[in-house]
Amino acid sequence: MADTALKADTALKQDPGTLAVGLLAADPAPGSTPGPTAQEIAAIREDFPVLHRTVGGHRLVYLDSAATSQRPRSVLDAETAYSTGCNAAVHRGAHTLAEEATDAYEAARSAAAAFVGLGPDQIVWTRNATEALNLVAGVLSDPLTAQDPHAAPLALRPGDEVVVTEMEHHANLVPWQRACARSGARLRWLPLTDDGRLDLTRLEEIVTPATRVLSFAHVSNVLGTINPVDVLVARARQVGALVVLDACQSVPHLPVDLSALDVDLAVFSAHKMLGPTGLGVLAGKAEILQALPPFLTGGSMVSTVTMETATFQDPPQRFEAGTPPVSQTVALHAAVDYLTALGMDRVAAHDRTLTARALAGLRDLPGIRVLGPVQAVDRVGAVSVVVDGVHPHDVGQVLDASGIAVRVGHHCAQPVHRRYGATASTRASLYVYSTPDEVDAFLDALSGVRAYFKKA
Amino acid sequence: MSLDQLYQQVILDHDRERHGCGLRPAPEGTADAESHQVNPLCGDQVTLRVAVRQTPDGPVVQDVSWAGEGCSISQASLSVLYDLVVGRPVPEAEELLGAFRTMIRSRGTVEPDEEVLGDAVAFVGVSRHANRVKCAMLGWAAFEDALHRADAGPVPATAAPVPLTAVPVPVTADPVPATADRGEDR
Ligand SMILES: Cc1ncc(COP(=O)(O)O)c(C=O)c1O
Repeated sequence: MADTALKADTALKQDPGTLAVGLLAADPAPGSTPGPTAQEIAAIREDFPVLHRTVGGHRLVYLDSAATSQRPRSVLDAETAYSTGCNAAVHRGAHTLAEEATDAYEAARSAAAAFVGLGPDQIVWTRNATEALNLVAGVLSDPLTAQDPHAAPLALRPGDEVVVTEMEHHANLVPWQRACARSGARLRWLPLTDDGRLDLTRLEEIVTPATRVLSFAHVSNVLGTINPVDVLVARARQVGALVVLDACQSVPHLPVDLSALDVDLAVFSAHKMLGPTGLGVLAGKAEILQALPPFLTGGSMVSTVTMETATFQDPPQRFEAGTPPVSQTVALHAAVDYLTALGMDRVAAHDRTLTARALAGLRDLPGIRVLGPVQAVDRVGAVSVVVDGVHPHDVGQVLDASGIAVRVGHHCAQPVHRRYGATASTRASLYVYSTPDEVDAFLDALSGVRAYFKKA
Repeated sequence: MSLDQLYQQVILDHDRERHGCGLRPAPEGTADAESHQVNPLCGDQVTLRVAVRQTPDGPVVQDVSWAGEGCSISQASLSVLYDLVVGRPVPEAEELLGAFRTMIRSRGTVEPDEEVLGDAVAFVGVSRHANRVKCAMLGWAAFEDALHRADAGPVPATAAPVPLTAVPVPVTADPVPATADRGEDR
């Protein structure tokens, strides 16, 4: 695997045009591709420096990739190469460094676009996915949007409805609560079944002609559930609702073609897909982005400014006010290249194999309840459990004592925990560098937790 | 640090036998107040009631009762708190509270005084785990808040009992060092 790692300066040399189309066009049907072999996984692990550290004398078992993933050397090197060899402001200045920086920045945009089946102008850089969702919810509920001739049809008004699901991350819930409060629209949500899936029996009753926005997670960060985008998009089209997809947990783990999914807008975060923190993506249909007024304003996003007023650039620049995180985009470019070289179908296959192993092992452990589907079907490897009688903080502490890093808490999704009668849970989440041994280490440590607290 | 240094036997015992658990009415002739605290890191919460009796020697903590959910550290901490403060003069309880907070926030730099802290010294290991500081402090923050209000005389209308289902109030009474206080998790 190490030989697929990018040379440090590749990102700077990338031709912005070359990556723009259909790298994922040949994705085979899910399940038909074998995942990487044990040897390949071992080679992948060599690319991730942090995986070689120890925690309290134990080998690190990093099972928190759904929160933030680790970065391969090619990503770290690309960012360093940019910082040491270029580093300039983009889209301004006529000097060589500024031009190189702009090229790198735009090449990264093209790469990210191609990775999700879009064109470069359909990718807006944000600070993270949360900011991207706030952008969308903020603009749709801005009173100025209702006054804008192009955007007015998208504006939220009293009597309108916004529909989310009960499994949303707070990032795809709270901004809509605020948007509804601001605009007088009403927030509704699709409920969940006991086995951790969307309950679509009342879809037609909840998503109605009053629905202006249907915003939902492609994959739940707590349950791991993959939601049926096609069914939801079809219903949204029937009623004329805008579809917003929270793709934070799908883009890193599955082949995702946003054009094929036909969603209007989508968001994801670089740090969950082997990339850096501080960078998110708002992706969208060109005509939707074109219709939306700006969210943050200031430099870099305007055309003409007088003392009284301003005109704005076309997307994506319209939504990129201020100096952007350039080195982070270069790093994400390397991350996208790394995942592409691996093949997202194989990434997904690996995830399925390990998820099945984890779920099978959990079935044999007494006093442990899985939140979410208990079969590795239409779900990814974010596996949240509730340990009978032991609080997740305590579970996490015991696991940490064996070097195992898991997430404990509500994972920014309180309503979904409440739905399943829990305040918090312990989540193990997998990625390309995870191994069967690590899954077993998790199961093994988990099996001792109740005894430690004398709850078994 | 080993797991057993964090989870000392006192903590494991109090986690199983939670003293003072279960809200009860304040005894006759006392002034009482309640505080509801939430740990935004995990959603854990506690409602704690303090009853203060005025005596010729000054105010005394007559009773403490609490209801909540949380990890072993937070629950054991409430249980130990109950054992240590009930029957104590208010100024002594406040001194204890200060000593406990100093220890918990010390990042392992303070050698706790068992004379002052009693069984609460068992929580010394928490100070080395920045993410657990709020767990240990949850009940004590509620105690501090309720005590001040109970001791301040008749309970003002705004301090009416808060049911467990009420809108959570963040733990504001206990700012911890910046790196230990990262708010909500994700
Ligand atoms: C499903 C989902 N949506 C949104 C987010 C928010 O991402 P970020 O914190 O990078 O903005 C996350 C991760 O934290 C997530 O898992």
